[in-house]
Amino acid sequence: MEPIIHQFPPYRKDAAPSAHDDHGHEHHEPNFIQKYIFSTDHKIIGIQYGLTALCFLLFGFFLMMMMRWQIAHPGNPVPVIGPLLEKVLGHPAANGVISPDLYNSLGAMHGTIMVFLGIVPLAFAAFGNYVVPLMIGAVDMAFPRVNMASYQAYFLGGLVMFVSFFIPGGAAQAGWTSYSPLATTIPTHGQLFWIIGMVLLITSSLMGAINFIATIIQLRAPGMTWMRLPWFVWTQFVTAFLLLLAFPPLEAACIMQFMDNVAHTSFFLPTGLAVSGTLAHISGGGSPLLWQHLFWFLGHPEVYVLILPAMGIVCEILANNTRKPIWGYKSLVYSVLAIGFLSFIVWAHHMYLTGMGTKISTFFQATTMIISIPSVIILTCLFISLWGGSIRFNTPMLFVLAFLPMFGIGGLTGLPLGFNVSDVHLHDTYYIIAHFHYIVAPGTIFALFAGIYYWFPKMTGRMMNEFWGRAHFWGSFIFMNMVFQPMFAQGMAGMLRRMSNGGANYSAAVNARNGAEVIGGLSPFIMSLNTWILWGAICLGIVQIPFIINLFWSIKHGEKIKNDNPWDSTTLEWQTPTPPPHGNFLHPLRVYRGPYEYSVPGHATDFTPQNEPPENVPAPTLSPAR
Amino acid sequence: MEIPYTVHARPDTGLYNAKIGIWLFLASEVMLFGGLFSAYILLRVGADPGTWPHGWQDVTLGTINTLVLALSAVTTLMAWVACKVRQFGKFRFFHGCTLLLAAAFVVIHLTEYNDDLTHYEIHLTNGLIADGHMLENNPKENHVMIDGRYVKSESDLIDLRGQKIHDTEIKIPRSEIKDMQSYGPWHNDYMALDFTMTGLHLLHVLAGSIVIGFLWLTGPKMWGKDPERFTNRVEVSGLFWHFVDLVWIFLFPVLYLT
Amino acid sequence: MSESQSTDFNSYLRRCLYVFIAAVCMITLMIVVSFLPNVGWSVKVPVILAIAGVNAFVVAGFLMHLLSEKKMVYTVLGLTVVLVIALAALTVYAMHDFPAGTTMH
Repeated sequence: MEPIIHQFPPYRKDAAPSAHDDHGHEHHEPNFIQKYIFSTDHKIIGIQYGLTALCFLLFGFFLMMMMRWQIAHPGNPVPVIGPLLEKVLGHPAANGVISPDLYNSLGAMHGTIMVFLGIVPLAFAAFGNYVVPLMIGAVDMAFPRVNMASYQAYFLGGLVMFVSFFIPGGAAQAGWTSYSPLATTIPTHGQLFWIIGMVLLITSSLMGAINFIATIIQLRAPGMTWMRLPWFVWTQFVTAFLLLLAFPPLEAACIMQFMDNVAHTSFFLPTGLAVSGTLAHISGGGSPLLWQHLFWFLGHPEVYVLILPAMGIVCEILANNTRKPIWGYKSLVYSVLAIGFLSFIVWAHHMYLTGMGTKISTFFQATTMIISIPSVIILTCLFISLWGGSIRFNTPMLFVLAFLPMFGIGGLTGLPLGFNVSDVHLHDTYYIIAHFHYIVAPGTIFALFAGIYYWFPKMTGRMMNEFWGRAHFWGSFIFMNMVFQPMFAQGMAGMLRRMSNGGANYSAAVNARNGAEVIGGLSPFIMSLNTWILWGAICLGIVQIPFIINLFWSIKHGEKIKNDNPWDSTTLEWQTPTPPPHGNFLHPLRVYRGPYEYSVPGHATDFTPQNEPPENVPAPTLSPAR
Repeated sequence: MEIPYTVHARPDTGLYNAKIGIWLFLASEVMLFGGLFSAYILLRVGADPGTWPHGWQDVTLGTINTLVLALSAVTTLMAWVACKVRQFGKFRFFHGCTLLLAAAFVVIHLTEYNDDLTHYEIHLTNGLIADGHMLENNPKENHVMIDGRYVKSESDLIDLRGQKIHDTEIKIPRSEIKDMQSYGPWHNDYMALDFTMTGLHLLHVLAGSIVIGFLWLTGPKMWGKDPERFTNRVEVSGLFWHFVDLVWIFLFPVLYLT
Repeated sequence: MSESQSTDFNSYLRRCLYVFIAAVCMITLMIVVSFLPNVGWSVKVPVILAIAGVNAFVVAGFLMHLLSEKKMVYTVLGLTVVLVIALAALTVYAMHDFPAGTTMH
């Protein structure tokens, strides 16, 4: 039957060999711009997001390296790139030394870029865009042009953030959290660029979230019921809801902070505010805490946005490489829904030290403790899924196996932070930095690496090099721990965050040299860990080089896969040609079973794809030894 | 292969794609304005007693605006109904009305902004405050002229409900002026919230007008090819417009009446 | 254009006018309440907001067809309403619960 081609407005007549080429339509080959820059195909958009996000991750990494240098060697010029920094940034990097203002910029932008320009676009938008429509058996996302617009908004937002480094006064300096009144009283324009960049990024995320939810609800293939969805799709679904409903209050807050900066309003500026010793000429009456509440209302769901897609990727790769179904699929589904809802009502555990009373602190403490339960359930299900599995230790699986204990460490170290009593001691110390980096760095990022190695063959038809993949894994694993493990000790010893001289003000040794004593000062051992961490960061960076080379080299020279389903997976994204054409599937799909039918007794192969018709599959048999 | 359910509903959900899309978008907009309303509640409840303004907005203009938007919501729905019964002429009439009503809203609102921005509170060196609309503020001249009144302190300016204010022309030499500020968003948190919330709402009115205007102008082309799909587009944009009306239904009492 | 279509259209038009009249009545009522003398703000504000709520319900229910919408839409909107209330309520409560002898701004 002739398919109806939408012509209003002229829909994409483009891309790779189309699934319905044999109907004799005259498709004119699109040029490079139409095919790769302004594509509405979810796979191209996914790759656009992925490559852009990886670039930003690398850039954020460089920012961190400069910070770690300054922490370990305060006041010393940065080696090798010091002169370049001075040439590009001018006064803030005079003589190649990172000034305190520049350090603050690096810190604020490292956080902003890694979270909003790196991890969220990679975990949610890149993997989600590429894989989710394939996994549910859809032709594309529900709104392809909105999809393209969301990438363009992201790109613009990233550009604004990047450009802010080069304006007079430099980039934002008030932390990725941009607390008022500091964010309003800093006399440069970096904060304005930050706000504008954030609004663009929020717009991009909202468009993406709407697209994902509509796609998952409406475009599931016949037979793909909710409880037959791969768990990765569930995590993307909940993540999309978190973005949809949590981002707008931050957008409202950004608008108000913009008004504070530009129109001299006092939404967040209290009465009696003094700047540099003089009373500020403002109307006052505002509330700095209001900004914090609105920010963290997003801020907390945001961290679940960072982890849920990663957990989904882990689940898919784990099932595939243990050759058995995931243990507790229903528990996983209910847990992720519970996490999604609860994540909206825990936010003030980031604000325990703002002088909140006991009743409200107890409320948020309770919800924070409760939300740890579904997280533990999820981790437990994934762990138990290993039991009795026939484990294949390929590169994706190595990253997935490391994810489990690393996320475990990150999550468990969050418990003393969830209790307001212990958080009094640990708030704003390096303990917090270690906690959240364990979750995101050897947590989420490992899962994302695993996803890249895993889905690379579907995107390109070639495998990434296994030896260098393992080298990348072991190096990353060792050096990630080398960087972040000492920070727990530093935090518990009282080393505070955001100190541009690495804690020298509180160092026992430095103060003794100057004839003063700081009770409970940072010991020389704790200070020496800064050097250790710097070396860990440098080696961690070096170890990413084989990954980058591997990624690009394997596109053209990797080992070719022998069939469309090299990992022998059950999920639908492997039931397409490689790479999937426009329209994804060659024939209309029907789904007959759940997503993890591995090692079903009596079947010829140890995996049964979701769309395999039942006539081709023998009924499961009882095992003979009873 | 085409994307299914772009025009006809999916059987188990009963929705076509754009419908669920627009409701999701409206949910995010509820959170956006909800964030602003939360800020309003917090700042108002937390304000020192006797410092939160009452009666600073013109209720007449606000009421007219409310009625204008309410009527435009009705014309928007009728435009969709006209599409449903395939009467394109009626669609053009009703949405034409919607656009005119939207234009009226924007014009009235901009005059309100102008009214605020030309209203000055002048603190004098003798301790009095002169409050009124600026008539003359020529930098070459040595005085300013306002159409207003004198009050003894700021607390006289806070609650204007039920007050009969008699404005006269007042000429003030510049040498007597200690400080001068218009009733812009910088004046106090109430004005800040007023400008920000109504300003964001106005942006939404403009955006909605652009979309409806686009459909009104390019309608004939798609109407000929795929009337069902066009009807859906009218419905989806109509839902957005109704949401804009809904926000105003809460903004009006909160900012004008309470 | 068929007979039934024109009657459909006219009945819709009539329903819309009823909704508009209801809206006008509620707007008038809100204004009247706000100008009542000798009634404190702590009474007036909830009453005015309640009337606004009813007005919103009428617009959403009839003009946006929310009353005949599908379960999926209800679920999303219900969740949104719960979260907005949580945001506002918890934030305001948090700013008013502080230890004795301290203040909060």
